[in-house]
Parts: sequence; structure tokens; C-alpha cells
Amino acid sequence: MRNPLLVKFFLVFTIFFSVTIFAKEAEISSEETKTDLKTEIDEYIQHHLKDSHDFSLFSYTGNDGAEHHVGFPLPIILWDDGLVVFSSSRFHHGEEVASSGENHYKLDHGKIYKTDATGTINYDADHHASNIKPLDFSITKSVMMILITGFLMLLLFGGLARSYAKNGGIAKGVGRFFEPIILYIRDDIAIATIGEKKYQKYMPFLLTIFFFIWFLNMFGLTPFGVNVTGNIAITTALAILTFLITNLTGTKTYWKHLFDPLGDSMPWYAKIPLYIILIPIEVLGIFIKPFSLLIRLYANMQAGHIVIMSLIGLMFLFKNWIGSSLSFGLAFAISLIEILVALLQAYIFTMLSALYFGFASEEHEHAEAH
Amino acid sequence: MTIPRIVGAGLIVIGVGVGIGRIGGQAMEAIARQPEAYGKIQTAMLIVAALIEGIGFAALFATAEN
Repeated sequence: MRNPLLVKFFLVFTIFFSVTIFAKEAEISSEETKTDLKTEIDEYIQHHLKDSHDFSLFSYTGNDGAEHHVGFPLPIILWDDGLVVFSSSRFHHGEEVASSGENHYKLDHGKIYKTDATGTINYDADHHASNIKPLDFSITKSVMMILITGFLMLLLFGGLARSYAKNGGIAKGVGRFFEPIILYIRDDIAIATIGEKKYQKYMPFLLTIFFFIWFLNMFGLTPFGVNVTGNIAITTALAILTFLITNLTGTKTYWKHLFDPLGDSMPWYAKIPLYIILIPIEVLGIFIKPFSLLIRLYANMQAGHIVIMSLIGLMFLFKNWIGSSLSFGLAFAISLIEILVALLQAYIFTMLSALYFGFASEEHEHAEAH
Repeated sequence: MTIPRIVGAGLIVIGVGVGIGRIGGQAMEAIARQPEAYGKIQTAMLIVAALIEGIGFAALFATAEN
């Protein structure tokens, strides 16, 4: 056994055989456990897509039959006639009642409810909990990830700005990676859609939103299992920012296009019947634009997570080496596509925001060209 | 209730697929005719594809259960 290649070959061979033998053993009881496993995978995916009050990487059932969770708790911050702060470890992953002073709280489907000391949750006819819900300002998993990303971006781009000042405008280190991306956003997104004159005003927002979405999308693909951009509340907040900036920086020409698109080409009495149809459509368009932004980002990330998790789940359902390795290959390929999608969605959000800013900031002589 | 939903979701995917496929195909043709306009055509293609995708996702959510 002096040849290292031979040793490696034998190692792989024995591992392969032991795996197939174990798989055969598992096959016997697979039929009964299949439906059980299916619901377990389904629950796991549902749990992964939601925000949670603790950062749990995975959980397993030990030899003693007890469930072990690997991860760490996060702070719970509630407003319930006064500030209530405690650690989410008191919930014991939703199994126990957490008490803080006089008050008792319990987790039910990821939401915190105020209960009595025994933790009873009352349900109404539609199976919704009817207990009082205190205002929840907790640092959840998503909030933590947003804070980390914000801090990372502050460090990264702040440091980059300082290094440019020190080296006389020449990129160094990570700057060599980020400079072309930033230049691309400036030249091919901002200048191309907003125009030479006004693009500078929008650059901070465009750069921030691009890197924020891109980094969070990429974090979503790591095994930490954070699904931040696949959360509709966060994409809504981002879209509201675009909506506010578009409409608050709108020029006279922009508003004239909305409420008087035909201009002087017609007498006023001829415009009335047209405007009864046109103006509601234009006004609706103001809201549909950011709405499509938020739905697109949310649905893309959510769908990507579901597909990857389902394919990984299939590996455990098949329990034979052809099916499992096939779904492993598929999960790998989809993961690669998701890396592309993470960049593409950040690009599209930035591009469309810039396009809307371009509409909002157009000047009269530019508008003539349409 | 489930079968109409599934058929609806399938129809949406067919529609979106045809739409994005046509955009991609036409963009390829355009790039073949004018390779120097590659960047501009690609940008326009991505934007239009994103618009169709947005509508498609909105419709899929409408068919989704509960």
C-alpha cells in the first residue's frame, strides 16, 4: 500500500460500499417512514422561509431521545405598557411559557402572544389565536442579518473610500473587485437612464440598494438559512423607498405627464372624455410600479429557496443512490443558478428604480423626444 | 378547488415561458444582426423579461392556496 493513489481508491471503494449497504438496510422501513418524512420536510421548509426569534442552525434528536438545538437565542424586545426585554432562550423554541415580571408570553407560529401563567392560547372560529399581541420590536433573525449586512457595508465601503483617498484614487485590495461594479452602476445604469445632469443625486441610493440586496441574497444561499429578501415586509420597505424618492423628486414635467399627458395638442373639452380613462390609469401606474418591484424580488427569492430546499429534501425521500445523487446534482445546479439570480435580482431592482427616477426627473426638452 | 388552481398555475407558467422565450429569441436575433449593440439589447431584454416575470409571479400568488 505504498501507492497513495491506491490507498485513496480503496478508501473511496469501502466508503461507497458501506453507503450502499446502509441504504439497503434503511430501505426496509422506508415505506412507513416516507409520509412521516414528507411532512417533516414540508414543516422544515415552512419553518425556514419564516423569520424566527432565535438563530437555530439545525436540531437533532440525541440518543437519549431529547431534542437538541444548535444555535443561539436572540433578544426579545416587546412594548406591552412598558418596555419588556428578555432572551428568546426562555421560550425554549416555543415549547415553554416565558415570564417577565408579572407578564407571561408564549410563541405560537412564530408570533408572540400574552398568556396566563400556564400559557393557554385561545383560538377563535377561524383557528386564529385571539390572545393579546404585544408590539414586537425583537431583534429577529432577519433583523440581525440586516444589521450585520449594514455594518459590513459600512466597514467595507467606508474603508474603500479611505483607501482611495490614501492611494490617490487608485483601487487597492477588494476595491479592485468592487470598482468595476460601482462604475457599471454609474455608467450603464444611472447615467444611461437618468441622464448626465441629474444622476449624481440618485447614486447613493442606487449603490446602497444594489449592494444591500445582493449581499442579503448571497447570505440567503449560505447554510445559515436566512431568508431576508424573501420576506415580503423587507421588499415592501425597499419598494416604498423607491416610491417615495420617485415621487418626491418628481419634476413639473413628470406631474404634467401624469395629469395632462396630451398637453396643448387638443382643446380642453376634447380632453375630458379621454382623461376620465387616462388619469386613473396613470395614477394607478404610480403604485403598480413599486408593487411589481416588491413582488418580483420577494417571489424570486422565496421561489428559489423553496426549490433548493425541496430538492435537498428529495435526497432524503428517495433513499436509493440513483435518485438521491440525481437530486443532489439538481440541487447543486439550481444553487449555481441561484447565485446568478441573486445578482440579477439586485441588478433588476436597481435598474428599474433608476428607470423610474429617470421618468421622475425628466426635463421638458428631453420630454419632447417621446 | 385544487385542480383548477394547478391548471391555472400551469397556464401561467406556459404564458410566462412563451413570453420570456420570445424576448430571449428576439434578443438573440437582434444581437446576431448588430453585435455591437450587445449591451443595450441585453439590458432591454432583462428589463422586459423582469416585467413579464413580475406579472407571472403576481398571478402565481393569486393561484396559490390559502
